[in-house]
Amino acid sequence: MSDTHHKDVQSHVATYIKVFTALAVGTIVTVLASNIHMGIILGIVVALIIATVKGSLVAAFFMHLSAERKLIYGVLLLTAAFVVVMVGLIMFARQDQQGAQHGIFAVPQGHVQVHHAETTEGAHAE
Amino acid sequence: MSTAIEIPYNSTERPDTGLYNAKLGVWLFLASEVMLFGALFSTYVLLRTGAETWEHGAEFLNVPLATINTMVLIISSVTMVMSWASLKMGNLGKYKMYMGLTILCGVGFLVIKGFEYAHKFETGLFPSTSTFMAIYFTMTGLHGLHVIGGMIVNSYLWGPGAKMWKTDPQRFTNRIEVAGLYWHFVDLVWIFLFPTLYLLPGK
Repeated sequence: MSDTHHKDVQSHVATYIKVFTALAVGTIVTVLASNIHMGIILGIVVALIIATVKGSLVAAFFMHLSAERKLIYGVLLLTAAFVVVMVGLIMFARQDQQGAQHGIFAVPQGHVQVHHAETTEGAHAE
Repeated sequence: MSTAIEIPYNSTERPDTGLYNAKLGVWLFLASEVMLFGALFSTYVLLRTGAETWEHGAEFLNVPLATINTMVLIISSVTMVMSWASLKMGNLGKYKMYMGLTILCGVGFLVIKGFEYAHKFETGLFPSTSTFMAIYFTMTGLHGLHVIGGMIVNSYLWGPGAKMWKTDPQRFTNRIEVAGLYWHFVDLVWIFLFPTLYLLPGK
């Protein structure tokens, strides 16, 4: 094994240690941040930003995505597109049910209640 | 009479893709895993936004234990990548040490998770208790199964699978790299699961 190759791997190892430190700090920061009352939306945004940074570090350095072949990037882009479509469809489904002004599982019950009310009204009319 | 069929490009890179076949295969598998966990995270969002109230996980889940577990998985990712780096430097002994530590971290993660689950059951928290507990047990349970799967592969590569180092060291090093890709993915999923289930505020 050549000395150059050996040094290359050793420089990678130094990077792994730095990434580990960043991930450990990120974990502590995310726990501490969750104890600060900053509202629901901001709390979610802050937690997800920290998680995204940590996840990116794992993907870029431990999974070597920072220097990978184009084909892998292509596979991941295609996957991301499918995830966006899947999440988008699910969110559209959620929007559909917003009109009911109930929780998603309350909608069928709402229909039942409407029918029940109509039947009762019908009985009163008679 | 048996004829051995040589699987092509398991040590060297395929000219058109620039990758050895196992690496592309594992990345395609991970793409399907992204869809699987993506569907579950979408389910979480759908259930949460659709519910009138949502629990704050930290009020009844054990955040300190989950924080320790996060650290355990991060350490296991480092030891995993160090086991690959050790092989790149031609050191099988160090590989064995780092891979052994990775497996031990996996055991540690599952033991801690087991304590958490046991405590939930003792206090009457089951998947049927609430929507939150249902999605909690589904996501952490599936993630735990992935940890077990990774440990089985890693144990094989630490034990009998390591014989390949003598016959085909490049192919063996590649195997460790792709096993590592899977293991880091499992770590990555937990990095998102931890805040989602344990830390996000309720409503």
